Amino acid sequence: MHELDELLSRALADVSSAPDLGALDQARVRYLGKKGQITGQLKQLGSLPADERPAAGQAINQAKQTLQTALNERRGALESAHLDAELAAGAVDPTLPGRGQGPGGLHPVTRTQQRIEAIFRGAGFAVHDGPEVEDDFHNFTALNIPEDHPARAMHDTFYFPDGRLLRTHTSPVQIRAMVKQGAPIRMIVPGRVFRCDSDQTHTPMFHQVEGLVVDRGVSFAHLKAVLHQFVEVFFERPAELRFRPSYFPFTEPSAEVDVLSDAGRWLEILGCGMVHPNVLDNVDIDPEEYTGYAFGMGVERLAMLRYGVDDLRLFFDNDLQFLRQFR
Amino acid sequence: MKISDKWLREWLDTELDAAAIADRLTGLGLEVDSVESLGNGLDDVVVGRVLEVAPHPNAERLSLCRVDAGGAAPLQIVCGAPNVEAERNYPVALVGARLPGGQEIRRAEIRAVLSEGMLCSATELGLADEADGLLALADEDRPGTPVTAALGLDDVIIDVDLTPNRADCFSMLGVARDLSAGLQTEIKVPRVLPVLPVIDETFPIDVTAPEGCPRFAGRVIRDLDPGAESPAWLKARLRGAGVRPIHPIVDVTNYVMLELGQPMHAYNLERLRGRVDARFARAGENLALLDGRTIELDEDLLVIADDAGPVGLAGIMGGVGSAVDSDTRHVFLEAAFFSPAIVAGRARRLGMHTDASLRFERGVDPAHQGRAVERATALLLEIAGGRPGPLQEVANETYLPAHRPVPLRRARLAQVLGVKIPDDAATGILNRLDMRVESTEVGWAVTAPPSRFDIALEVDLIEEVARVYGYDQVPEQTGPAPGELPLVTEFAVTLDRAREVLVDAGYQEVVTWSFVDADLDRRFAGGRDGLALANPIASHLAVMRQSLWPGLCQAAAYNLARQQERVLFFESGVRFIQQNNELVEETMIAGLAVGSRVPEQWGEPAENLDLFDIKSVIEAFAELTGEPESFDFRAAEHAALRPGRSAEVLRQGRCIGHFGELHPTFAKRLDLPSAPLVFELLAEPLLAAVPPRYRPVSRFPAVRRDLAVVVGDDVPAGELLTAIRSEVGTRLADLRVFDVYTGEKVETGSKSVALGLILQDTSRTLTDADVEGIMHGVVGCLAREFNAAIRE
Repeated sequence: MHELDELLSRALADVSSAPDLGALDQARVRYLGKKGQITGQLKQLGSLPADERPAAGQAINQAKQTLQTALNERRGALESAHLDAELAAGAVDPTLPGRGQGPGGLHPVTRTQQRIEAIFRGAGFAVHDGPEVEDDFHNFTALNIPEDHPARAMHDTFYFPDGRLLRTHTSPVQIRAMVKQGAPIRMIVPGRVFRCDSDQTHTPMFHQVEGLVVDRGVSFAHLKAVLHQFVEVFFERPAELRFRPSYFPFTEPSAEVDVLSDAGRWLEILGCGMVHPNVLDNVDIDPEEYTGYAFGMGVERLAMLRYGVDDLRLFFDNDLQFLRQFR
Repeated sequence: MKISDKWLREWLDTELDAAAIADRLTGLGLEVDSVESLGNGLDDVVVGRVLEVAPHPNAERLSLCRVDAGGAAPLQIVCGAPNVEAERNYPVALVGARLPGGQEIRRAEIRAVLSEGMLCSATELGLADEADGLLALADEDRPGTPVTAALGLDDVIIDVDLTPNRADCFSMLGVARDLSAGLQTEIKVPRVLPVLPVIDETFPIDVTAPEGCPRFAGRVIRDLDPGAESPAWLKARLRGAGVRPIHPIVDVTNYVMLELGQPMHAYNLERLRGRVDARFARAGENLALLDGRTIELDEDLLVIADDAGPVGLAGIMGGVGSAVDSDTRHVFLEAAFFSPAIVAGRARRLGMHTDASLRFERGVDPAHQGRAVERATALLLEIAGGRPGPLQEVANETYLPAHRPVPLRRARLAQVLGVKIPDDAATGILNRLDMRVESTEVGWAVTAPPSRFDIALEVDLIEEVARVYGYDQVPEQTGPAPGELPLVTEFAVTLDRAREVLVDAGYQEVVTWSFVDADLDRRFAGGRDGLALANPIASHLAVMRQSLWPGLCQAAAYNLARQQERVLFFESGVRFIQQNNELVEETMIAGLAVGSRVPEQWGEPAENLDLFDIKSVIEAFAELTGEPESFDFRAAEHAALRPGRSAEVLRQGRCIGHFGELHPTFAKRLDLPSAPLVFELLAEPLLAAVPPRYRPVSRFPAVRRDLAVVVGDDVPAGELLTAIRSEVGTRLADLRVFDVYTGEKVETGSKSVALGLILQDTSRTLTDADVEGIMHGVVGCLAREFNAAIRE
């Protein structure tokens, strides 16, 4: 039996010192293989006296089991070490930049326009659009701006030789929508508008969002509320507004709306008013039954205030260094 | 309109300072542009009386003055001006003064003599560009009076930007009236008393065109003193209003215009022949104007003419022939009411915006002409003497604007504004605005004063009440709730979603001008002319774009010239195409890509973008519509695209746009270093969509079979795919092109296309025999239709 103990302790030593899976397998074959040394002990059992065999057999089996357990443990350890080594070899540098395209971005005017649309859609306003090349009737006459009206001088209009023009505001879409749909109506119109004017604070093309609500019992008090809410939602902070009497031929009473800046200055942000009864008459809506309000805001103006842009012309330079700031 | 704060206060009692008055004006709808103090830098300049002038002991050209500047003892001042005289008043800049030009006055020794201040010229006070010696002040000014007071410069000018409806506020009278309503205070308008005629002389007035000139008032004044000069207060008021003082006759007519809003004209009586007539110009007539121009008169222009022809452009500008000057002794004054419609548009057309035309085209008070002549006469007599004739007036009531009472309903006022304004507040406001208010059963009947041209409807009165009552007094009130739910459709992909597709594919949105260079546009449109503007802002922005590509290319060129290496742009916007004399506006989605496929990076090879990079974006749109099978791509020529690298996009057989590589000649012309890839698609047909429609998901395994076919290299791959799809039908779950090869291993003029077919049935597992049958069919079909051989 002493021999078996020695054999086992030698085998256990071989197992625990096996440096890799190959050496471990060799050790297994050496002791537990068909011709292995412990397997050999079993084969020699027959040469023992019959009464010794059971005890000797049990001892050999126990040694075999002990060795098998040691082998398994060692294999587990070696496999795990092997995996660790393999994984370590496959490590990458996660601080390298990611692969691929990377996103583009929306133009800040679109971004602002979408924001305005989302706010008003939430309040049940439908989004309309209309032609950019307009006729005199929709752009002026129907909006209570007859020929030779001094207000026409306020609009530096682009004309075509046949008398058509580029719309100077999104208001003509009011007329088209009211003619088509009648009252009640609740809509906004985002879009490009054009004025023949170009300097530091004017571009010949810019964007407006027009708003119109016509219903029974609509009042100036409603207009004040909706615009105050809009400004606070748009800028995401409380705002102090000033409604200043002004003049637009298609609204009366008319107002320009200023918002108080952090620096304590009033900044003009939009124009508005109660829809002029002549305008309602022009689209066959009875101004006695219905009243309405309308407002118009410059998208670039709002974008400048929201994002701190200090030069209108940047919106139309299309410089990537500028545009990329508005992804 | 520049308003003098000091002048305003003569008419209105208020404790508000100029800034507060400006706020109130703005609150009334008379928007204040600026509030500016006159006489800045003149704080330490006072009236000084020169008591004695002695020669300077050490300098021939200097004199030594003893000056009473209001202090305890006279000052000793060295003066270099030759016109200094004893017993006269001049401005004295005291020690410590800092003049508008920046000069600081110090106690100094000049040629060893002490000088305790400086006697000033108008230039040194910043009042004139050049001056001839010291500025003489009136003898009655007390020494020590601030020079700002003596010169009427102790004033603040409030500049009001008038909206076109408020013609009545082009005068001190109008502004003061509005402010009196705003401040609820009385207005004290100076009374204009009739001047008694001293002579009988009149000058004949004819009005041949009463529709253009319903009222004409005039007066002869003889024997004015040509040496007279306008008094300082009058000059100060003119200067404050931005009007240059000239000589008393012109100054007085200008002053009356500023005060009452009535433009006036003074004719040199000696130069008028026979009579004046307000009539329309006759063909062929000319007129030499005060501004030096001579114009040919159109027949719709109203003129004032004498027997020899036109002497003035009614309501716009006088003629040079009958103009007054500083030697004029005998004048004929004119104050007329010209109908706004007769003046409107004319000044604009002639490019002559004058103070007169501005007022007449918006409307001056038609009741006011006699008063203006009386006022001007009184002032002229005061300044330059003279003998006035009787006031003459020709009026035609038929053409004078008449104001009828306008009804204002109490309930309507409350409904439109959303606030109940007490009756006495509403009527008080209207009364102060000079309106006559009578009670009716449901409210009031209100008659506006003749000066108001903007009160014809009830809503005009509502606005008057609202603006004076104060918009800030109207409470905010949440409006009526929307009635119907808005339409939200799945039958179109939204433009916003389309934008997201592009942004996620790396494209940056731009906004380019809707108008472009005519020649460039024509080239992109294959020679077709675009819609040209009559008055473009610049010659390179002269026609409405027929394509978004020129703008995109220019935006790309701009960035490529600024060290950008890779540009992916898109824009959505309208193009303008004339078809059969009809203008068609179509919203387009267009894009441009140039540079490397991906931004330079360590893990991807540096390859340039090609046609198939932009095509994948179009295919993404096709997927979003829910029916990608309705899209088709076909090689097609385009004027702006490189032949052999251009294609059209078809949907249900209709061409909805093009994509390809920009033609190299276009790229060169646009200063693009390499030709970009571009696409442009009609948004509406592109984005028409169908909502998803569920199809059963197959529970059975799919089988893949690969096939390499050799076909002529002119056979479009798309046609192979279409043929296979229709051959296999619903069992074709997917079809891929995984390789295209030309080269040694296939015959010249041929190409090998490697296809992967994913086959699947929804009701059972496909057997080998099924698959063999399908593949046999495919091979047969391709051989038949494309003469395709299977590549082993």
